[in-house]
Amino acid sequence: MNKYKLEWWKILTIVLLYYSVIGGFLIPVPRLHILNESIRMNYFHVPMWFTMMALFTYSLYSSIQYLRTQDISFDDKAAVALKVAFFFGGLGLVTGMLWGNATWGTFWTSDPKLNNTAIGLLIYSAYFVLRGYLEDETQRGRLSAVYNIFSYLVFIPLIYVLPRLTDSLHPGSGDNPTFRLFDTAHNMKLVVYTAISSFILLGFWFFTLLLRLRSLKKIHDEAV
Amino acid sequence: MKQFRNILFLLFMLFSFDSFSQNVDQVEMADVLRRDGKIYTVVAGLVIILTAMIVLLVRVDRKIFKIEKELKKNN
Repeated sequence: MNKYKLEWWKILTIVLLYYSVIGGFLIPVPRLHILNESIRMNYFHVPMWFTMMALFTYSLYSSIQYLRTQDISFDDKAAVALKVAFFFGGLGLVTGMLWGNATWGTFWTSDPKLNNTAIGLLIYSAYFVLRGYLEDETQRGRLSAVYNIFSYLVFIPLIYVLPRLTDSLHPGSGDNPTFRLFDTAHNMKLVVYTAISSFILLGFWFFTLLLRLRSLKKIHDEAV
Repeated sequence: MKQFRNILFLLFMLFSFDSFSQNVDQVEMADVLRRDGKIYTVVAGLVIILTAMIVLLVRVDRKIFKIEKELKKNN
């Protein structure tokens, strides 16, 4: 604890990130019409959403733990994880819009997957409004934890269930497959799983940094 | 003369077939870019950006670590 040392999982994050970026550009991909080289967007657009979901799930876990134990540190964890999740969700939206413009010809269509994701993120964003509005720590903790659980339970059907029931341009909805283990080209599997794990680790790194800053700020505020 | 014209016609037919089949089989990819070695420029650029970001991230990580250590010493 005396000298600064990079933890093993941070080194792993860095190595995997380099692999995803270099491999994502240079490892051969299937030649498909319309998609062309933009298929490589899969390596960077998809991990954003995986990271967001991982952090949302972690936030949900922390909120449940807060309600069970009344330990305020869980409330901090839930709030910070949600913040980082939003960051990655925003990146996912922007990269998705770019990709959509290249393949569908428009940045946004009124597609169930796209619209529901936007709605889901808006529902989640009310969490921060709620937190900002409440002054009392325990009240804020309890209400925002309940709201967090509610948002998660709305978010999952909105983006994973409903688009599958209707027709949608986005892969993974309607009749389109995504992530079929045995359908995906081998070369793409190499990079896409690496990219997903590396970005999840990176998201977790961001989360720990913000959490530590938050607790430092708390100590500072108490001292003053 | 007529024979020559026929052969020429067949030749042209062949060429056109060739180009036709090329259009069907070959999907447009960034081959030229890669052959020119220019894709490596983009990769190098991204690697530089990634490196800079990681350096920043590690530095922030270390700074927080130092502050935490100092707080521990004071308490």
